[in-house]
Amino acid sequence: MFGSGPASVRAVDRVSLTIEAGEFFTLLGPSGSGKTTCLRMIGGFSLPTAGRIRIGDVDVTLQPPYLRPVNTVFQDYALFPHMSIRDNVAYPLMVRGQSRARRLAKADELLALVQLPGVADRRPAQLSGGQRQRVALARALVGQPQVLLLDEPLGALDLKLREQMQSELKGLQRRLGITFLFITHDQHEALSMSDRIGVFNAGRLEQVGTPAEVYDRPATRFVAQFVGAANVLEGDSARRVTGLDAAMLRPERVRLGSPLGARAAGGVREVQYFGAFTRLKVDVGGALLQADLPTQPGATLPGVGDDVHLHWDDGAVHALGA
Amino acid sequence: MGTLALQGLPPPTLRRRVSDLLVARRGLLLLALLLPPLLWFGVIYLGSLLALLANAFFRLDDFTGQVVREVGLSNFLALLEPANLDAARRSVGMAVAVTLACTLLAFPAALMMARATGAMKATFYIAVMLPLWSSYLVRLYAWKLLLAKEGAIHWAAQQLHLAWLVEALLATPLIGGPSLSFSTLGTFVVFVYMWLPFMILPLVAAIERIPASTLEASADLGAPPSTTFRRVVLPLAMPGVAAGSIFTFSLTLGDYIIPQVIGDSTLYIGQVIYRQQGVAGNIPFAAAFSLVPIVAIGLYLWFAKRQGAFDAV
Repeated sequence: MFGSGPASVRAVDRVSLTIEAGEFFTLLGPSGSGKTTCLRMIGGFSLPTAGRIRIGDVDVTLQPPYLRPVNTVFQDYALFPHMSIRDNVAYPLMVRGQSRARRLAKADELLALVQLPGVADRRPAQLSGGQRQRVALARALVGQPQVLLLDEPLGALDLKLREQMQSELKGLQRRLGITFLFITHDQHEALSMSDRIGVFNAGRLEQVGTPAEVYDRPATRFVAQFVGAANVLEGDSARRVTGLDAAMLRPERVRLGSPLGARAAGGVREVQYFGAFTRLKVDVGGALLQADLPTQPGATLPGVGDDVHLHWDDGAVHALGA
Repeated sequence: MGTLALQGLPPPTLRRRVSDLLVARRGLLLLALLLPPLLWFGVIYLGSLLALLANAFFRLDDFTGQVVREVGLSNFLALLEPANLDAARRSVGMAVAVTLACTLLAFPAALMMARATGAMKATFYIAVMLPLWSSYLVRLYAWKLLLAKEGAIHWAAQQLHLAWLVEALLATPLIGGPSLSFSTLGTFVVFVYMWLPFMILPLVAAIERIPASTLEASADLGAPPSTTFRRVVLPLAMPGVAAGSIFTFSLTLGDYIIPQVIGDSTLYIGQVIYRQQGVAGNIPFAAAFSLVPIVAIGLYLWFAKRQGAFDAV
């Protein structure tokens, strides 16, 4: 459990979290939600005003960063501009006083691990963003930390490279067995890579669970809306459509069908084509309900203004707490 | 359907023709804009420097006191006289010592300034620059009073029962003298005081350019603060040290007023030049001696470049 900052600015408040060894854990949240503050407290760059941080059996709350068995991949990579790539990667070993031959060999080994051979003699400024990212990863791993902290490491990469790095990171984590604590505001990234996700909002941890738990059974309205697309129904419309006070229905669980047995009906207000699916926005008695319909060749979809009948399975509606 | 029609332009005026010419020939515009500063730099600065260089090859007729415009190397041979070599050696030694001292003193100050924020930072900046806003001569004579035998420093040393320390320093050969204001040590102290801001300011700029995340990364990767300073801050601050040292080195090398007012009566390069061109009217020899600091600073810049001091700028 830890918190930070004076009463006026509590970046992180009453967060209590246990991460298992060897786990790929993601802190997911919008910017300013406190996830980076959390990471900085674990790395030792910010001190919590209350609470403890333990890694294994060791209380590291008051330990300076250089004594913690934790390494970080920084958002801007933070490579040392005046050193070669090899010296960058070998830095943690040099600090520990390992022999030059040994640390340079180890650095080359790590550069091969992150699939970046042949750049060891260059300077960081001569590499692309994606390459620098791999160097930062190699440098953070070379000292064999117990926990690797990754602060939105993929944020600056373009989409293709990001997807490639996602699967590489996941594979690396599985192979090395190191605990990864990953920070992102990208829900796709969180869902596809993590063993478990902690969803942050306004300095609080809203939910901790596996990707499936967080997606299918969001604990709060915020989680429902932040992770994936969601129809969140409240008040009268919720009671009318679902019989619950507050409920969430994923758009991809909604189907079109005949009036017989339809759960809801209304006029189509908007049609958005996304390639893999088409999103309809249907006005159901004043509430807009989204329905994501998988693209099927030859099928004709309703247009704006058409009346449609909506169906879904019993389990599709998830009750939300207050 | 809307159509686009081009109409003939009105007959060209002179203004229009000039403007057309400048648009068509971009180089001409650039030249017109750069001409005044180029003329200034080329004629006033380089021109006078070349005139100086040319003068160095002439000689002064000892009998008539007139400059004889014959090319020769007599002035350069005169540079090798022991008294002149001594002045050159003393000046370069002083410039090196002042540069080292300024670097040592400026580092902690620059680290504090780079880290400070808001009003604290403004206060630091004002504290460093305030002396520069008052006359150099006023500050020099203020130091003369401070360092004098009856001055504040001797008095304070006596009150603190440290007079023996001052005496011991003054008794040291090479740097000593009858009192602080008549010793090489005094000259050194005042040089360091005068040029310290010129080391602090570029150093602060260099340290501010070091991304905070690289310092955090160093700590994160296991380096205690001393290692971070040695391996990350120091190398990344080197361009600032280089820039500052060019100031402290060249300003010390060229100054002829400070050693005139404070110090024993030994001569520095600037004083020799000043006397040669002023009192003796020997412009050719003064010109030749002026080349010594120019060459020394040129060598220094070359050395700094070789050390990679400019790579990260």
